[in-house]
Amino acid sequence: MDLSAISPALLVAALMAGATPLLFAALGELVVERAGVLNLGVEGMMILGAICGFAAAVGTGSPAAGFAAAALGGAALALVFAVLTQGLLSNQVATGLALTLFGLGLSALVGQGYVGIKPPSTPRLDLGPLSDLPFLGRAIFSHDAIVYLGLAATLAVWAVLNRTRFGLSLRAVGENHDAAHALGLKVVAIRVGAILFGGAMAGIGGGYLSLVRVPQWTEGMTAGAGWIALAIVVFASWRAGRVLMGAYLFGGVSVLQLNLQAAGAAVPVEILSMSPYLATILVLAVMSARRKRGTAAPASLGRSFRAPG
Amino acid sequence: MIRLVRRPQPSRAWAWATPLLAVALTVLAGGLMFALLGKDPVAAIRTIFLDPLFNPQYAAYARPQLLVKAGPLILIAVGLALGFRAGVWNIGAEGQYILGALCGAGAGLALYPMEAWFLFPLMVVAGALGGWAWAMIPAILKTRFNTNEILVSLLLVYVAENLLASMAVGLLRNPEGGGFPGSRNLSQWDAAANRELVAGTGLHWGVVAALIAVIMAYVLLHRHITGVHLRLAGSAPRAARFAGVDPNRLVILCLGLSGALAGLAGIFEVTGPAGQISIDFNTGYGFTAIIVAFLGRLHPVGILLAGLLMALTYIGGELASFTLGIPVAAIQAFQGMLLFFLLGVDILTHYRPVAGRDPGRVAGT
Amino acid sequence: MTERREDDRVAAPLLQIEGVTKAYPGVVANDGVDLSVRPGEIHALLGENGAGKSTLVKMIFGLVAPDSGTMRIDGARHAPASPQAARAAGIGMVFQHFSLFEALDVAENVALGMSDPPPRRALARRIAEVSRAYGLPLDPGRIVGDLSAGERQRIEIVRALLGRPRLLIMDEPTSVLTPREVEILFATLRQLRAEGVAILYISHKLEEIRALCDRATILRGGRVVATSTPALDSAARLAELMVGHRLEAPARAGTAQEAVALELDRLSLPPAHAFGTALHDISLTLHRGEVLGIGGVAGNGQDELLAALSGERLAPRGSVTLDGADVSRRGPAARRRLGLSVAPEERLGHAAAPDMSLTENALVTAAAGQRLTRWGFVDWRATRAFAARVIERFDVRTRGPGTAAGALSGGNLQKYVIGREIAQAPRVLAVNQPTWGVDAAAAARIRQSLLDLAAEGAGVIVISQDLDELMELSDRFAALNGGRLSPFRPAPGLSMEEIGLMLGGADEREAARAS
Repeated sequence: MDLSAISPALLVAALMAGATPLLFAALGELVVERAGVLNLGVEGMMILGAICGFAAAVGTGSPAAGFAAAALGGAALALVFAVLTQGLLSNQVATGLALTLFGLGLSALVGQGYVGIKPPSTPRLDLGPLSDLPFLGRAIFSHDAIVYLGLAATLAVWAVLNRTRFGLSLRAVGENHDAAHALGLKVVAIRVGAILFGGAMAGIGGGYLSLVRVPQWTEGMTAGAGWIALAIVVFASWRAGRVLMGAYLFGGVSVLQLNLQAAGAAVPVEILSMSPYLATILVLAVMSARRKRGTAAPASLGRSFRAPG
Repeated sequence: MIRLVRRPQPSRAWAWATPLLAVALTVLAGGLMFALLGKDPVAAIRTIFLDPLFNPQYAAYARPQLLVKAGPLILIAVGLALGFRAGVWNIGAEGQYILGALCGAGAGLALYPMEAWFLFPLMVVAGALGGWAWAMIPAILKTRFNTNEILVSLLLVYVAENLLASMAVGLLRNPEGGGFPGSRNLSQWDAAANRELVAGTGLHWGVVAALIAVIMAYVLLHRHITGVHLRLAGSAPRAARFAGVDPNRLVILCLGLSGALAGLAGIFEVTGPAGQISIDFNTGYGFTAIIVAFLGRLHPVGILLAGLLMALTYIGGELASFTLGIPVAAIQAFQGMLLFFLLGVDILTHYRPVAGRDPGRVAGT
Repeated sequence: MTERREDDRVAAPLLQIEGVTKAYPGVVANDGVDLSVRPGEIHALLGENGAGKSTLVKMIFGLVAPDSGTMRIDGARHAPASPQAARAAGIGMVFQHFSLFEALDVAENVALGMSDPPPRRALARRIAEVSRAYGLPLDPGRIVGDLSAGERQRIEIVRALLGRPRLLIMDEPTSVLTPREVEILFATLRQLRAEGVAILYISHKLEEIRALCDRATILRGGRVVATSTPALDSAARLAELMVGHRLEAPARAGTAQEAVALELDRLSLPPAHAFGTALHDISLTLHRGEVLGIGGVAGNGQDELLAALSGERLAPRGSVTLDGADVSRRGPAARRRLGLSVAPEERLGHAAAPDMSLTENALVTAAAGQRLTRWGFVDWRATRAFAARVIERFDVRTRGPGTAAGALSGGNLQKYVIGREIAQAPRVLAVNQPTWGVDAAAAARIRQSLLDLAAEGAGVIVISQDLDELMELSDRFAALNGGRLSPFRPAPGLSMEEIGLMLGGADEREAARAS
């Protein structure tokens, strides 16, 4: 095994890129859950975003169009979830699972003709002299725009949730939807908005996988990233800043194990491949064990709301 | 305009009618999807739902497949439904299914080439234990640390898949297989084979186990106090604690039962229809069983019927891909759609649609 | 308290409601209701549970739209499409079940109730101003979940006042307050009246209305049955108007015996969840045939005490003794078998599962004691028969034992869940809020059946926020506050002032915290 093959600068760069899909998906789900909705369909929305983004980018030759399509694809699937859970009051857990199962099937169907194709490459963002800095230039300032967009989105989500009237309303709906309704907040409208945002974010995360990370289309390519994103929200105690930390942590484990595989570590490949999932389970267990009394979860999370008369 | 008025109590008639309505809607929407794919929707629906049973050209092959595919689906779904009724969400049955197969096959292969009557029963027990043990991981984390069982059970599927890959090329690989991944063929090893019990029907021990599971689950849910407690815990958790139900014991019971049943499905599959441990012997029964459980309205008898219907879409889907060139993925989307419609129309059991203007902006009481 | 001002006689009504009707499937909540409220008056809306008071104010506040009829504010048509529109028309509302968010802080809660809140710093300043002006101290930065019921109500009032309302609606505001807190509230309301604010005051507490309100409109079954000047009418007369017939007080015969049924010895428990209450050193002795009343404002440990009695939470060894046997470490089913039964406050979701039938709900508490199961297998015939007996004996109005619990009215379900316990002839029965949200006839029936049970030699513990109910039922009375139980005192002859002092612990704690 040759550990010197792993360059620290490239490792950090890979970590930032590897964390980006998780960051988008987890940020979206964070907003959904703060509004009191549990959408377990992140995996499905991600993979649909992945294929929609891929198809659009290949079709138009423009990665930007690809990411827009990825967001739309994720949001479209989220719309189904919104109609079912907010309109028809279906069970959120079951509906989220349905979303994942359907998304996996539909993406495979749409992706039939796209196996083995290379997508147009997403250009790096030119950051001028910053990119020439030693170490930092290669590690941090040599990414495409989406990576920085993810960081900006973290800040934006934090600011909107904690510093704006809309964010306050959204959190209020997630804490106590009956009281929010009594005060005249549009509970269902706010939740539908949050669900669509969550879908678009998951879609972008999926699009980043198929357009930049891998970059190609294979069936089931999200490989549980959506579920890890859900775990990150729990890990982050429903706070935007900690979502960033969680995404980098879990992204880091994935990148590290891939690098170790490439470097020919003495550990079997399968053990390395299962490590991100095991790490996620371990962290979930530790987090929940530390929170003995009560959780930071929004109080109305997962409960259906129907306006009383 | 149509508005919804809450029924004073859930409608029994609609509880039975909604799955049928959902199937009907799925057939319509599925037909639309096939038309969009440029296929004749009527032919596609006929190929999926009727040809496997009635077309003389295919029925001889397809009819036995119905039980072969329905067996594991029903076996797994019955276990999942018990948990779903109680609000315990095991969605990692696929992983428990894999572990059941690995443990069962491992126990048998350790004794290769023994020819003893007890070998197959031993493997079955080992399979059930394997699935049970895998399900105990989320169960113990849930009861000890209150860790979300949905995420843990699901993440363990990915761990199980990697474990399967490692086993298929390592520990359980057939030493006489010329280095190819995959274990010895269990279905051709007399003492270990799960063979067809009545020729031409597809009936094997897994199907028998599924039928027994349906009956036991029915008795448990509707005749035994444990079943009442399960349903109580699902519909009103505080009332369950008030009745003296220990929520942790329910979690252990539900995850344990569903894990063991999934493990059984796994061992019956690798000793029979699949024949051997291979990297991809698992075909997603553990996930499809979730749809089966809901389609059967979490009722054992309903699950029996739903399992048969879902098996039919598998077989019909293969047939449609073979004869009409409809991609297999379309069937997966079709099954996902079915679950959507089912969850959507379920509102009719609790709410009554009423035509006319809404007198208040907010209806209900 | 009736310092009527000159302009009162001539003032045009601020709120004028004519012929408002609102029907829900199966029930007409409001049937041609007329109501007028003048500026600078406190107007009582009086009626039993289910009389239609809440529906009426929800229409005024824009949460529900009337089927027919007109509402006017200052002569202009009032048809608010939302609470925001109602606030814009000068209406503020303080809800009965607080519309507060426990995980958010005071300022955030206030901001959510305003249509156009100022930036946080300015808002905090205005909260401070208003709370000073009306004697309602509040710290804008505190998390609501940590506050007492009285403090929470202040948030609601301050939130409503910041909108400078011309009409303030108060829905059962005193149901969660101590007598001392009630006095503070009344002072605030009188100050507002003096400033010309109209107040629509919803209550079913007659003494309170006679002390505070200038006029009253009485609703029964969705219709206005009378308007009155409460100060001039007797409480008995108001009660008759409200209920429609004369009420008989339940027959009470002191039946306490020497033998001890249940004993709590220095029972302490940590809170079950983040916003729960800890129990501290609770001791009591309940004799056979005795009714103990435990009063106190909601959230002072009632739920926790009941959970410690039922066995839903296990207590330290030796702290709960039933008939001489230590049951502290026994679960609910075991305690029930030994004769300790409990009926919790929440009917739906705690005492009964809404979607399950009355027969199935019988199994919740009666499975073991009534031999409804054998080897765990349910004897459905016996279970149905048991449920039918409860329905029959306690006059539960329903189609039969197959009906889902959620389909019953509050009063009928309460009769069922309390009847379910009494039918098992427990040695000790503890109930929490036995007549909360129940119509007068059902309440009388429930109270009588509790007294009958005691007369048969069982020990009964009644936890309630309704002091009248406690005085009517109890042999001895104690107050619960902050998770501590005051010493018991004989209930007959206890004056309101004495009770107020017993309940007043909450005030002292608050004063200590404020200083």
